[in-house]
Amino acid sequence: MATVMRPNSLVGTSVKRTEDVRFLTGQGHFTDDLTLPGMTSAVFVRSPYAHARIRSIDATRARKHPGVLGVFTGQDLMAVNPLPVGWLLPGLRIPERRVLAVGTVRHQGEAVAVIVAENPYAARDAAGLVEVDYEPLPVVVDAEAALAPNAPRLHESQPDNSAFEWSIGDAVATDAAFAGAAHVIKQRFRNQRLIANAIEPRACIASYSAAGNDLTLWLTSQNPHVHRLLMGAFVLGVPEHKFRVISPDVGGGFGSKIFVYPEEVVACWVTRKLGRPVKWTADRSESFLTDAHGRDHITDAEMAFDARGQIVGLRVRTIANLGSGLSLFGPSVPTYLYGTLLCGQYRIGAIHCSVTGVFTNTVPVDAYRGAGRPEACFVVERLVDLGALELGIDPAELRRRNFIASDQFPYQTPVALAYDSGNYAPALERALELAGYAQLRAEQKQLRAEGRYLGIGLSSYIEACGLAPSQVAGALGAQAGLYESAQVRIHPTGKVTVYSGSHSHGQGHETAFAQIVAGELGLALEDVEVIHGDTAQVQFGMGTYGSRSAAVGGAAIHMSVQKVKDKARKIAAHLLEAAEGDIEVEGSNYFVRGSPERGKQFGDLALAAYLAHNLPQGLEPGLEAVSFFDPTNFTYPFGTHIAVVEVEAATGAVTLKRYIAVDDVGNVINPMIVEGQLHGGVAQGIAQALWESAEYDPQGQLLTGSLMEYALPKAEMLPAFETDRTVTPSPVNPLGVKGAGEAGAIAAPVAVANAVLDALSPFGIKYLDMPYTPSRVWAAIQQSGRK
Amino acid sequence: MYAAPFEYHRASSVQEAVGLLQRYGDDAKLLAGGHSLLPVLKLRLSTIGHLIDIRRIEGLSGIREAGGEIVIGAATSHAALQHSQLLQQKLPILAEAAAQIGDPAVRNLGTIGGSLAHADPAADLPAVILALGSELRVEGPDGSRTIAADDCFTGLFSTALRPGEILTEIRVPVPTARTGTAYEKHAHPASGFAVVGIAAVLTAGTGNTIAQARIAVTGVGTAATRAGKAETMLMGQTPTPDLLQLAASKVPDGIAARGDLYAPPEFRAQLARVHAERALLRAWQRMR
Repeated sequence: MATVMRPNSLVGTSVKRTEDVRFLTGQGHFTDDLTLPGMTSAVFVRSPYAHARIRSIDATRARKHPGVLGVFTGQDLMAVNPLPVGWLLPGLRIPERRVLAVGTVRHQGEAVAVIVAENPYAARDAAGLVEVDYEPLPVVVDAEAALAPNAPRLHESQPDNSAFEWSIGDAVATDAAFAGAAHVIKQRFRNQRLIANAIEPRACIASYSAAGNDLTLWLTSQNPHVHRLLMGAFVLGVPEHKFRVISPDVGGGFGSKIFVYPEEVVACWVTRKLGRPVKWTADRSESFLTDAHGRDHITDAEMAFDARGQIVGLRVRTIANLGSGLSLFGPSVPTYLYGTLLCGQYRIGAIHCSVTGVFTNTVPVDAYRGAGRPEACFVVERLVDLGALELGIDPAELRRRNFIASDQFPYQTPVALAYDSGNYAPALERALELAGYAQLRAEQKQLRAEGRYLGIGLSSYIEACGLAPSQVAGALGAQAGLYESAQVRIHPTGKVTVYSGSHSHGQGHETAFAQIVAGELGLALEDVEVIHGDTAQVQFGMGTYGSRSAAVGGAAIHMSVQKVKDKARKIAAHLLEAAEGDIEVEGSNYFVRGSPERGKQFGDLALAAYLAHNLPQGLEPGLEAVSFFDPTNFTYPFGTHIAVVEVEAATGAVTLKRYIAVDDVGNVINPMIVEGQLHGGVAQGIAQALWESAEYDPQGQLLTGSLMEYALPKAEMLPAFETDRTVTPSPVNPLGVKGAGEAGAIAAPVAVANAVLDALSPFGIKYLDMPYTPSRVWAAIQQSGRK
Repeated sequence: MYAAPFEYHRASSVQEAVGLLQRYGDDAKLLAGGHSLLPVLKLRLSTIGHLIDIRRIEGLSGIREAGGEIVIGAATSHAALQHSQLLQQKLPILAEAAAQIGDPAVRNLGTIGGSLAHADPAADLPAVILALGSELRVEGPDGSRTIAADDCFTGLFSTALRPGEILTEIRVPVPTARTGTAYEKHAHPASGFAVVGIAAVLTAGTGNTIAQARIAVTGVGTAATRAGKAETMLMGQTPTPDLLQLAASKVPDGIAARGDLYAPPEFRAQLARVHAERALLRAWQRMR
């Protein structure tokens, strides 16, 4: 492993996660754990149909049910604004999305009414008593089918069901590249729909106090300030300073807890209406039917090569299923988070990508771990493997030949992004070395002779994360900035409280952020407390998604720590009667150069700052700093993953034998946490390739609506991962970190896909839809005629 | 997940439970491990007026040997089956199959009687009970009677138990010497239920021949069933890998295979052939 730059003694150390004590001993504090005096329960009445007109809703019997306090429908909530869209594209069609359906329901599970009762049993009983008269309408679930001329129409305003047409790159240059190409590879891909399935379902408690006109919302949120801003200002019309959002311990999100959903808005409306707190906790079935889904692309892609195997052009045409309406960041995922990543790790002369966003009678689609980037990585990395097959070049060698060279950074791609840094070959070579690649290929040959099918799949991925900078995001249509904030408050005793706008829902911020601060100030880890997730305590924040917490939120903390240190240095200089420039800092000791034994300890300086008896002229008392960090670019993690599988021809069963991951996420704050993040991402990525898929029947009924059918990865289904890192620090933030939360989910699906299809190459099979379930693989082998 | 209201009864004896069943009829359900029943109630796929808890009835659980039989109380948990030394010694296939049910939490609560009486088409134990030639003791309003396992599983979630009857124990004859058994399962990656499960019991006759072959299949059709055609092919024969493969290939014959998203009918049949071959090979190895 390359040398790790260590800005301080704690950064780069695998400190055990301090939050784990409470999580492992059942003392975490999640939204549903909280009970407020007088609290009521909300249950939603949901449409069993994927598309239907609501003729009437009769809640008479439900209202009379003992314990019921109120039943409300869309008509009651007309004063509540439709849900917002947070990323605008040119020409974007935005159908109104109301929190409770008015007139028409457009996906199974859409909320049509809410029951509020003294307890969840009564609410659930009453929900069964609401009589909704539906007139079923024709349904379309497939995005391509929805574009057909006679397809059922979801929104009156949108006759062809399309939400947008978007493109990036140079069509003319791409055509020219293809015209002159020696080889062209074409393939149609389906990147299947997935469901995030955080272990803690969405939940909220809304509580309104008329006395102070204060609204408080406990919410399973990845970004409480964004929720407060959007819900307060745009949906509910509640002033921001009278609206507090608290996101306590949150059990996972994977993107699904970024967005503004109907249920929490309704809860806020109800508490104001009834004057009592109201709790709603989704059950698992509701999670399946209402949490934003992910992926769901149909893509036709072509890659052009010259005679020596250089990639000269890439043309991509994608139909993105957006579901029944636009989720908060739905438009950004298949566009700016997808099309811009199609250059991969390669020098590709010309790229053109066009995307059509389509409405269907399915749950709205939005960001899910990786969000757009796994889809892009799949297209590029599968085409490279198909190219290798066509050209008769080893897949590793073809990648090597096309890598952007280490001296070409910063590298401007033909699809808008400028990669800040990178060094791709060493990660590939290390992965090959760990895998024993040559030996694996020899083994593969030998096993094939015995009728056993080993497959080796590579994935050299690129990721754009640390989502920012604000100005660029704004220019591309984001309706929010993408900076992060941090306040570092030193108490008179020298202990520290950090207020971060970032949010941990499992990532380990409390530990990693404390490492940055404690290491930099020469303190013990337990001297630093990290507060996040409460808009009343934290100044502002954009939250956690897009692998941005360390790169943007961590950098903001680092900035504030530097400001604190600068002030401490001034005080030290004053007390030591020296020039500020002569003060040196080692850990917590501030001393005049050459006299460390007569230095002042950081704790003494903190006390001096608060006593204010003897401060330099003009210096304010106190010791704290707030910073907003807005980086100049994304960060670009990369790496190469290798999957080794064996396919059993008799049953189609795929066994993942080995998984090797070499990642470059820049500097790391806590290697153990990074490792955990990578493992989790890889597990989810493998699951997309082998097990997970959200499937609808033609009537828009979700067939995989429970954990009995939707197969999440379990530890016993996975091999021990073999991991290593290379380190290419990012130049766009002071910590040199990049982001590790999504890398695995981006790299793994296509690594496994390439491995499975490599194993199946003796049957002439070049493509199969994910997931590679035994029946699908077996059927393909049967149909190959080469059994 | 909040079930509709129901009356909860805790029975302290089988007779009391039978009485409650008689009184409430279709409006009552027995609660043993609850791993199939409670989700159905919580999802409100079914509502009942009366839940009769039989988990604390004394003598309803336990594993013992008596008169050449292993007697298993209906309320015995899967975990108890899995870890029973008696079973591991005398009926290893039952311990082996129980170990493949769900996860530890499921196995700690789920019971053999619940599994057999519920008759989920994808449950593991019905196939094993069939292959072992067991008998089921039931108690009802008219006293107790015995149902042969072969007659028990009549269809989708249906058994030969009559309304008001409670399954009390499972009696399994201890296999004679030179009997080899094996259970082979393809588990659904989400639910862990058997997409296909094959239980094979081979008993040696004179020389190297098979005196008796019992093969049972779960997961494929609407109920666990014997694979009679394959069994007949093996009786009295001297097994070879080829013969076992041939017999295995007949295992799905006569079963109308179900299909779902994960496994269409023709694929289920293929899984049955492959797993039957594995089960037979292993049982044969253990028989010798």
